[in-house]
Amino acid sequence: MVRLNDLPDTDARHLRTKECPPFDSEPWVTGPPLAERRVAIVTSAGLHRRDDRSFDMRDTGYRVIDGTLSADALVMTHSSSNFDRTGFQQDVNVVFPIDRLREMAAAGEIGSVARFHYSVMGAGWLPHEIEPTAAELAGLLKEDAVNAVLLSPV
Amino acid sequence: MREHTEKLNPPRALWVPFELGRPVGAPGEPAFQRRVIEAALGLLAAPSGPVLESFPEDAPGGVSDDHSGWVCPVNLAPPPAAAEAAGASAVLVEVDQLRPWYQLGREQRGRTTVGVSGLGIEAAVELLAAYLDDPSIASPRDGLSLAQALKFAAEDVKAWYLEAATARPGPARSAALTDWFWRETAAGALLLRVASACCRSDVAGLKALGEKSLVPRSHASLLA
Repeated sequence: MVRLNDLPDTDARHLRTKECPPFDSEPWVTGPPLAERRVAIVTSAGLHRRDDRSFDMRDTGYRVIDGTLSADALVMTHSSSNFDRTGFQQDVNVVFPIDRLREMAAAGEIGSVARFHYSVMGAGWLPHEIEPTAAELAGLLKEDAVNAVLLSPV
Repeated sequence: MREHTEKLNPPRALWVPFELGRPVGAPGEPAFQRRVIEAALGLLAAPSGPVLESFPEDAPGGVSDDHSGWVCPVNLAPPPAAAEAAGASAVLVEVDQLRPWYQLGREQRGRTTVGVSGLGIEAAVELLAAYLDDPSIASPRDGLSLAQALKFAAEDVKAWYLEAATARPGPARSAALTDWFWRETAAGALLLRVASACCRSDVAGLKALGEKSLVPRSHASLLA
C-alpha cells in the first residue's frame, strides 16, 4: 500500500477510480499463537520460476513457488508498468520476504515456513474474477497445513 | 492504498506507507523488513476484527521522488535529438557502456531479473527495433504472442538498465531511475516509439500493450 498523495497525479487519479466492492461478509477466525503457525506467502507480484510459464496479460492463474528456491530462480512477468521493480531487482524480499520468514522460524517467532508459496498477477481483478483461483489456493494451503498467510501486494 | 482497503474491509490488513512495488519497504534492509513482517503477522493475535492498522515508519532511504544524490553510473551519450533517431544501434551502444555495471550488480546480488523474454539482451533490443520497421513480424518464440514477446523484451531492456544503474553504491531512488530511463536514454526513446506504434495497431493485444503496459502512466506524456 502507499499514500495516494505520494503518487504522481496521473497514478493517483487512476487509482481513485478503482472499483473496490466490499466483501459480502466479515469472516473472522482465530488460531494458535504465532509461534505455532505455519506461514505461507501469497503475492500478487507476478513472480514465478524462470523456467515456469510467464503470466499472460490477462491471466487469473497462479504459479507455485517452492519454499526452498533461491532468489535467483525467480523472475517477474507482471503486466503493469506502473509500479517500482528496482526494489525487487535488488532484493527479492521486498516483495517475497522468504528470507525474513526463514529467520523468524529459526528464532521461534513463527512455527514453520510453508513448503509451497503462490503468486498471482494482480492487475486490477475484481474479487469475483479471481475468486476461483483463491479458492483453489486455499485448498492447496490447507493440504500443506498452513494456518497463516502473508498477502504481499504490489 | 488505505482508502481502497477501507472500502474492501478485509479481516486483517496492515497499511504501509511504501511506494507501489515495495510492500515490505526497501531492498537490503533486513531489520526493517523484519519489523514490517512482524507487524503484519502480529495482526493474527487480534481478538476481534476487522483490523486495519498503520505501520508507523517510512521506508529507509527517504521519499521515492527525491532525485538528489543520484547520478547515472555511466556517462551515456546525450539522448537522440529526435526520438526517431533512437534505433537499435544507439541502444546497443548504451547496453555495452552499461555492461560492466550490469555484470557487477549481477555478481553482487547473485542474481539477475533479466531474461523473461528468453532472448539475449541484444536480441531483445533488435526485436523491439524490428517491430518498428515491420509491425507484421512474427513472434520469435513459440507459444508467445508478439505482444507478449515485445512486452518481455521491453522488461528485459529496462531491467538491464536499472540493474546496472543500481549497482553503483549510493542512493538510487526509483522515481529518479524511472525519469532517467525514460527521458535520458536511447532505450527509453526506443520503447516510446514502440509503444506509439503499438497504439496505432489494429491488433487488440498490441494496442492494449501500447496503451497500458509499456510506458508508465507517469511518463505517458512523452508518447508521440
